[in-house]
Amino acid sequence: MKKVIMGNHALSYGAMLARSQVIAAYPITPQTQVVELLSEMCADKTLDAKFIKVESEHSAMAACIGASVAGARTFTATSSQGLALMHEMLHWASGGRLPVVMGDINRSMGPGWSIWTDQNDSLSQRDTGWMQYYCASNQEVLDTVIQAFKVSERLAIPSMVILDAFALSHTYEVVDIPDQAKVDEYLPPFRPQVRLTPDDPHAFGGLTSPEHYFELRYKLQKDMEKAPGLIEETGREFETMFGRYLGLVDDYLCDDADIILVTSGTAGYTARVAVDDMRKSGIKAGNLRIKVFRPFPFEHVRRIVKNAKKVAVVDRNISYGHHGMFFQEVKSALYGHDDSLPVFGFIAGLGGRDITPSTFREIADIALSKDRPEEEIIWIGVKR
Amino acid sequence: MKKPRTMKLSLPDEELVGSGNLACQGCGATLAMRYVLKALGQRTVLCIPACCWSVIDGPFPHSCLDVPVYHCAFETAASTASGVKAGLEMVGDTETTVVAWAGDGGTFDIGIQALSGAAERNDDIIYVCYDNEAYMNTGIQRSSATPFGAWTTTTPVKHFKNRPKKDIDAIMAAHRIPYIATASIAYAEDVYKKAKKAKDIQGTRFLHIYAPCPTGWKSRPEDSIRLARMVVQNSIFPLYEIENGEKYTLSIKVKDKKPIHDYLKLQGRFRHLTEDQIKFMQEEVDKNWARLLRKVESSD
Ligand SMILES: Cc1ncc(C[n+]2csc(CCOP(=O)(O)OP(=O)(O)O)c2C)c(N)n1
Ligand SMILES: [Mg+2]
Repeated sequence: MKKVIMGNHALSYGAMLARSQVIAAYPITPQTQVVELLSEMCADKTLDAKFIKVESEHSAMAACIGASVAGARTFTATSSQGLALMHEMLHWASGGRLPVVMGDINRSMGPGWSIWTDQNDSLSQRDTGWMQYYCASNQEVLDTVIQAFKVSERLAIPSMVILDAFALSHTYEVVDIPDQAKVDEYLPPFRPQVRLTPDDPHAFGGLTSPEHYFELRYKLQKDMEKAPGLIEETGREFETMFGRYLGLVDDYLCDDADIILVTSGTAGYTARVAVDDMRKSGIKAGNLRIKVFRPFPFEHVRRIVKNAKKVAVVDRNISYGHHGMFFQEVKSALYGHDDSLPVFGFIAGLGGRDITPSTFREIADIALSKDRPEEEIIWIGVKR
Repeated sequence: MKKPRTMKLSLPDEELVGSGNLACQGCGATLAMRYVLKALGQRTVLCIPACCWSVIDGPFPHSCLDVPVYHCAFETAASTASGVKAGLEMVGDTETTVVAWAGDGGTFDIGIQALSGAAERNDDIIYVCYDNEAYMNTGIQRSSATPFGAWTTTTPVKHFKNRPKKDIDAIMAAHRIPYIATASIAYAEDVYKKAKKAKDIQGTRFLHIYAPCPTGWKSRPEDSIRLARMVVQNSIFPLYEIENGEKYTLSIKVKDKKPIHDYLKLQGRFRHLTEDQIKFMQEEVDKNWARLLRKVESSD
């Protein structure tokens, strides 16, 4: 069934179709509609789930962790300050190997208070052991929630499904809402190997000496390394059943491109408008949208940029004192593989400043006009 | 021949706490767990945040408890337990008793927000706070449960704690939860009875158990039970129940209330106190006791 819905509701529908059993969440702009719709669904029994109306995001994640270890499929959503408040618990979920799925609406971190989009909230959590999917359309949001549960539950690793504030969260698009029966076929019920139950008592997460801790983390990384293959496998399965492929990256006209604009989130689709324009004026441009940031799709990035002459990575985030974070990661993927390829790092759109096709045109012009980057990072549109 | 008499046990002989645990000698928290689990039985799950009990239970892969344990983050005993309860119900287990088991620091201080949230929602959990009146796990730092006058490693003798212990039971009563009880490990049957009563009530139940810590109090391990009895008899820590936030009932009616002096003298943490300071403390104890009696009387 096709419906015109906002990005936030795409998250809610995804969580509903995945038959989430426990939801614990706390409101924050611009996430509120996600949990408002879910509480309605729980109230009118469209969704058979318990909604714990916690008093903070910290408790939201703690409650999700409790529910997940008890064996229930668990969902939450947050944004910015809320995600930062959860930080400790993000480690607890991944370290405890609990497949919680969470929506994060990318919103800039205060101060000053900002409700508009950038990626510093989610990217500040990149080393917490969560998978991160950056979505570019409401359809992708909904589909990815369902896929994320499947991947998370197979690997016992939590997932964050990420979308831009307002550009997606509050933007209405036509979304195909899949049949419940088909989703049930795609996503079987959650049946963890071990769970918290008096029928089989165990202690979870007790004091772990250097004798054991190291191996637990090794295993987390090893399972994370299985994720790229599994995301592609479950993405193809999704395509067979629903007609839409869900992969690690999404590349557009990259095969013969001289310059590839690397983006994430909705900026990806804006970049494509610029790519089309440039192509019309004879510039061979392409766009690589990195959808999955953790695990990082090393191979795909290497393969796709292989024939390009220039790569321009556009970051709506910054690691202060270093670079934009996608820029860091793209360079690290290329290191030792193609050290001669010039990779330019651009910072744009912090705090929700618009990124338009002309932003990308400006970025491409800078990259094309120089042999190699002359600055560590290039700021676009900043008033100095 | 006459049939030999059998000893009448005042508590069930089933033990859910194993002897191979890591408690210090004279640990009150361990006895608290032992008595509470005797009452709650094996269909119980525990959520234990950072506290001495996260050590006492034993390191991975061991556990001295015959019930499942989820070791959770310091401030999340209540919120984790709320999640566990919801999760168990969603997978068809409505029988299991879900317990948040935390120290005074995890309850009075860092975990109070999550606890208040769970209590306000009246989530169906038993929250047990074993109170040893400081952060013992990290080396005897003060908590808001530390009493006036006490030495801790962050309230050195020259700057001993100069604020009263937070009245957590009154805070919990203000949430109008169905059941609150104070208990002390010197009164094992009373602990047992209250845990049993809590088990059969729905909603958020709060047990506050006085649990001496010889290591942190600089007292003798063999005095733990004595101190836990004296603290009730001098009414520093009276035993009572609060139902629905308003009906107060005394569990032990102290007839001749003892002065606090002897109790203080058995603990190194109070050794620096002058007679004047002790007199002031006695007056505070008397006022608190009178206040409690007024609440009990007005509930009748
Ligand atoms: C967020 C966080 N802050 C601090 C700590 C360190 N910490 C662990 S246990 C503890 C004190 C626990 O005190 P209490 O709850 O009274 O339990 P006890 O150790 O006395 O049994 C502290 C401060 C922690 N684990 N997590
Ligand atoms: Mg303590």
